[in-house]
Amino acid sequence: MVISTQNLTFTFGSQTVVKSLSLQVPEGSIYGFLGPNGAGKTTTIKLLLNLLKTQEGSIHIFEKELQSNRIEILSQIGSLIEQPAIYLHMSGKENLLNRALLLGVGEKRVDEMLDLVHLSPAAHKKAGQYSLGMKQRLGIALALLSDPKLLILDEPTNGLDPNGIIEIRELLVKLTSVYKKTVFISSHLLAEIQKMATHVGIINFGELMFQGSINELEALSKPSVQIETDRSVDAANFLKKNNIDVAEVNDHCVFVPFTSKETMGEINALLNQNGYTVYSINKQQQDLEKLFLAITQHA
Amino acid sequence: MLPFLLCLFVFVGFLLQSNELIKNSGMELWLKFSFPILGVMGLLLMPMLIIFIAYSVNSLEHKADTWKTIFSLPISKWSVYAAKYFYAFFLLFLCLALFVLFTIGFGNFLGLLKPSLKFSEYSVASILAQIYFKFFLASLGILSIQFLLSLLFSDFLKPMGIGFICTIVGGIVAGRDWAYAYLFPYSHPMMAMKAFGQSTKGGDNHPSAMPHFTVEMLTKDTWVSLAVAVAVFVAGYFIVLKKSVK
Repeated sequence: MVISTQNLTFTFGSQTVVKSLSLQVPEGSIYGFLGPNGAGKTTTIKLLLNLLKTQEGSIHIFEKELQSNRIEILSQIGSLIEQPAIYLHMSGKENLLNRALLLGVGEKRVDEMLDLVHLSPAAHKKAGQYSLGMKQRLGIALALLSDPKLLILDEPTNGLDPNGIIEIRELLVKLTSVYKKTVFISSHLLAEIQKMATHVGIINFGELMFQGSINELEALSKPSVQIETDRSVDAANFLKKNNIDVAEVNDHCVFVPFTSKETMGEINALLNQNGYTVYSINKQQQDLEKLFLAITQHA
Repeated sequence: MLPFLLCLFVFVGFLLQSNELIKNSGMELWLKFSFPILGVMGLLLMPMLIIFIAYSVNSLEHKADTWKTIFSLPISKWSVYAAKYFYAFFLLFLCLALFVLFTIGFGNFLGLLKPSLKFSEYSVASILAQIYFKFFLASLGILSIQFLLSLLFSDFLKPMGIGFICTIVGGIVAGRDWAYAYLFPYSHPMMAMKAFGQSTKGGDNHPSAMPHFTVEMLTKDTWVSLAVAVAVFVAGYFIVLKKSVK
């Protein structure tokens, strides 16, 4: 395990922001740390970086206790917390050079990082004039500068356009698959994480609601039957009269929980025989987005 | 910038009324030339200067929101804190050194422009350096306090407000010659100023003898200033160590 926490708890005054969190982040994974705004994601990340003092529980990174091995551990972590921290009066390259000086990294690496995040053309422009996406990319370049084994990114795709998001995603996948890095990435958007994460942790009100591989999460979601008819509301009422559960109705479709293929056929026949035109009927995996909502709203 | 401007003003003033000043001896000229600057320094400028220096060193990180990044780098908190402090320390030293340089420079330049002013008769360099060095020592206590305030508060108003009030109190306390004024760091620059004033009085009694000034470097208030500087600096480190970075 690259990151493992035991019963991590953190309170701001009387408010418990993180409740006995036990994270397990395996090596080489992209760990998607999900939760709605204000769920305790950033607080957890700050605890992982020793920016906030651990009050209860323990944190081990690279199998070492964080508090007593702070510098050794931090030297192998690259991080981006909330908005990227950039000196706006300096150019993008100066920002990187400044950090390189602190980390003892050569100038060659700075140019490589600028190329990697496609900022070379704007390298000498003041960072204050960068667009939000460019600042975000510069922040990622800063995080990658020391060639860390573990990358901790707090909502890194905030403010990026779709192209930028895809680029970051590809970059992270490459980092883990080719360079064997571990990425811990937080987000409030499941759809975004779903496309790259290998492992997922879902947090709400400071509590871990789910933790496991992305396949385990998908297994949790129950499939449903989507039926497209000419009169969906009438069809739904008709199915209910015939003792068939209806999960959801909208103007175009009726959703029924999937039980077996045979039931699907029976529903189809039933509707057809009673004057409803069925345009399409198919089995569907429940959207992870809905599952995410279901998990986070239960608390 | 600041030392340059101030010295320039005094320089221009002297240039305009040079005729009246011809009577003065070299030493008196130098005193009259450097005193306006020193006076302003001791009263108001010095503490304000320190407040600004301490603020600017820290506000850079507050503004860019880079504290969290700096403290998540593999650098010990001690290094970050000490490096920041010594940078402020260095800025203050540089600023005072520039005051010395510009005062001497402009004085000699004035002597060249108006040979009738006998600036070259007397060398003020060593005494001036001593005075400013005493200023420097006297201001370290304030520097430590202001540095810590600026580090803890991200806005300008709190360190500025506290510093300003303390400066005024310090000025009053030192001006009134209160017996315990030496215990209050914000009155140290003014007291350093007074130490100089007293020694000049001794000089005025024998103008013809061209007296040799000595600035008593390590007075009681200077010791207090140094002690406060060290104590607050060390305390600040423990606060930084304990403090969570938001």
